[in-house]
Amino acid sequence: MKNKTIDKKKILLSMSNIHIEGFADERWHKIIKGIDLTLYRGEILGLIGESGAGKSTLGLAAMGFARPGCRFTGGEIIFDSMKLHDMSENQKRKLWGTRIAYVAQSAAAAFNPAHKLINQTIESAVRSKIKNEEQAVKDANHLYKELQLPEPDKIGFRYPHQVSGGQLQRVMTAMAMSATPDLIIFDEPTTALDVTTQVEVLASMRHIVEQYNTAAIYITHDLSVVAQMADTIKVLRYGEEIEQSKTNEMLSHPKESYTKSLWSVRSIEKQEKTNDDIILKVDNVTAAYGSSKVLFNVDIRLPRGRTVAIVGESGSGKSTTARVITGLLPPLNGKVTFNGKTLPAALKNRSKKELQKIQMIYQMADVAMNPKQTVSEIVGRPLEFYQGMKGKVLDKKTIELLEMIELDESFMDRLPNELSGGQKQRVCIARALAAEPEIIICDEVTSALDQIVQEGILKLLMRLQKELNVSYLFITHDISTVKAISDEVVVMFQGKVVEQGSKSSIFSPPHPEYTELLLSAVPEMDPNWLNNYLNSRK
Amino acid sequence: MNKESKIHDYSAKSEVGFVRTRRTRLQRILLELRKAPPTAIIGLFIIIFYIILALFAGQIAPYGEAEIFPIPYAPWGGDHIFGTDQIGRDVYTRLIYGARNTVGIAIITTILAFVIGGFFGLLAAILGSWTDQILSRLVDVMMAIPSLIFALMLLSIFGTNAINLIIILAVLESTRVFRLTRAVGMNVVVMDYVEVARLRGEKIGWVIRKEILPNILPPLVAEFGLRFCFTFLAIAALSFLGVGIQPPSADWGSMVRENAGLINFAHYDIKAGLTPLLPAAAIAILTVAVNFVVDWFLQKTSGIRDEK
Repeated sequence: MKNKTIDKKKILLSMSNIHIEGFADERWHKIIKGIDLTLYRGEILGLIGESGAGKSTLGLAAMGFARPGCRFTGGEIIFDSMKLHDMSENQKRKLWGTRIAYVAQSAAAAFNPAHKLINQTIESAVRSKIKNEEQAVKDANHLYKELQLPEPDKIGFRYPHQVSGGQLQRVMTAMAMSATPDLIIFDEPTTALDVTTQVEVLASMRHIVEQYNTAAIYITHDLSVVAQMADTIKVLRYGEEIEQSKTNEMLSHPKESYTKSLWSVRSIEKQEKTNDDIILKVDNVTAAYGSSKVLFNVDIRLPRGRTVAIVGESGSGKSTTARVITGLLPPLNGKVTFNGKTLPAALKNRSKKELQKIQMIYQMADVAMNPKQTVSEIVGRPLEFYQGMKGKVLDKKTIELLEMIELDESFMDRLPNELSGGQKQRVCIARALAAEPEIIICDEVTSALDQIVQEGILKLLMRLQKELNVSYLFITHDISTVKAISDEVVVMFQGKVVEQGSKSSIFSPPHPEYTELLLSAVPEMDPNWLNNYLNSRK
Repeated sequence: MNKESKIHDYSAKSEVGFVRTRRTRLQRILLELRKAPPTAIIGLFIIIFYIILALFAGQIAPYGEAEIFPIPYAPWGGDHIFGTDQIGRDVYTRLIYGARNTVGIAIITTILAFVIGGFFGLLAAILGSWTDQILSRLVDVMMAIPSLIFALMLLSIFGTNAINLIIILAVLESTRVFRLTRAVGMNVVVMDYVEVARLRGEKIGWVIRKEILPNILPPLVAEFGLRFCFTFLAIAALSFLGVGIQPPSADWGSMVRENAGLINFAHYDIKAGLTPLLPAAAIAILTVAVNFVVDWFLQKTSGIRDEK
């Protein structure tokens, strides 16, 4: 991709001084504040930024589309010398799906479960009479093959639920390519996928876009992903452009401090320490949901005051392990030992003291807090429940906890929906701390957050560990997070522990086969990483 | 690490969440009322009017509830605005007292139905497995029998009085409440914050009261309005059949029945013919009014908004 030449004479899309407003809380808010964008034929532009930066809104605006509740308030969108901003809905609809296509984040939600994949793939091409059905089916099968889908001639006759998430995402790309559009907008197409699947999808998307010389706008919050895809990168924040430059330049010499901060997130480092004082031991645990077994002879050791990260893809049994430890899912056999004593298997047989010592923090802070309770109620309840605090003492201690997580008294009366994502997660941490636990199980606690916020949360967790000597069992699928905070690492695959060891031993070769695959599939900030990765596989 | 924090001045406090203006409950209610559609306002006015009638029936009504005058079937006008009934009681007075009896009993019944149905519904949602199975199947059996006939049967077994009427109707209505509460409760029970409470070791009563109930209240309140209408109609129907509220207590259902014969006289005196329709209209208007308000409330809580 880096060696292809882009014809600078052929401008495909030019957007100038775009302004978009969105309606929320009974007011119009500015979402996009005057952004210019130029895209040449065959160019791939990466749009990056945190959530709320206006990436998706700008991406959709390139189609001349504003989401319900949004409106254009200024600017020009010229696509192939057609003025999109002046066209009627009907005229624009004729372009959509045929000359401009859109690939959404959640393929599962974008397909109609009642129709076969092939029919949905060719629908727009056939309906707009670009080709007849026979030709379209032939082309679609060819596309499936190009996208390295298994059994390209047959896969189209399956229904959406009969293929995996990664395959569905590729079928959606095929759907977008079916009418050979000039421009495709990819909106976080790999965010919901596991790393090992993500590589496959990225490789096939890039391959196909290059083959047809299609221009693309690639929206993502993941820098290393965009580095593999884009020729040019544009950084957005709060609806404004921070900077734009060639991918290589952007990666090596970011100009603005904000961009630098995005780059620096992965730089947290922790001195690895181990400890022979094992606080929690999971011994030979096998567990099942109903009749299907999901954990097989799992052994995990957590040293006191240290962080053990459990890594693995979705479905590897990471969260189930947490459920066994907390007692939500009594195991079929095996036991969990805490401070040398075997914990009762079921939650209802555990004493208040035992419950108090193991706390949990969840991935989605929004649903981990009761939306009808204020921050002081949420954080104060464990204090009241375990330690019998009341009135002034309770308030004082609650404020202390809030200060510990870098918030303050002014947050006491807020409801969860009046907090930002990072603040919500902090309040959840405070709630866990209120119980004065010895172990905190963190289940994907940073994966729903923006990079900068993630960094803040991880630093907070590390500081708290130093101050309170609490042990973390950190469940994640993100390798960079693991590198940042763990002392020891457990790799899980299909309900089994592949290996456990100190961070340095896990991350240095030789690796078991699966660990190798998992580690190698994590995109790096090197634009040639994907090429190297693909070459090394051959 | 210090170097980075200089590059971008990140602070957890300055992160912008969704901030909205804080209002007191009264301010919020007034604001909502100002935005309410006209139908809801009309509905509210009618309901308030009925409540005033029910509360101050003794002061508003010109005569006593069971006071009998010498002329039965007196025409409209004169001392009796809407005439008198078959044994000479003032129709206007009895309409006003009817508001107290019919509406009062309907409200008590509906509240009781929600207490019973809500409690068991939440229990089924939280405990699941066999508790849920037993309760749900029991409810299925009860719902399989047409409720009016079931009520008639039970009333004739246990005897017709106000307390039996309330208990029997409440139990029958509670089956519907059970279903709704169980369904919306299930959605909340799976939330992480309920799991957090259980992991903390909270008692089931606390989980219901503090974690679940506040989050399922809006649909339950809306359902309360609808259930009230049905209970109210059921009482009127039972009274019309003669097993509801017993004389001499005034009640709209039995007033319709007792004066139904007058419809035949509409030929000669249109007003006399209208007499049995007055309590019927009282029932109809209240039902419509409650539905107006419930619709508005449902629309608000279900989050359906007209996109412009």
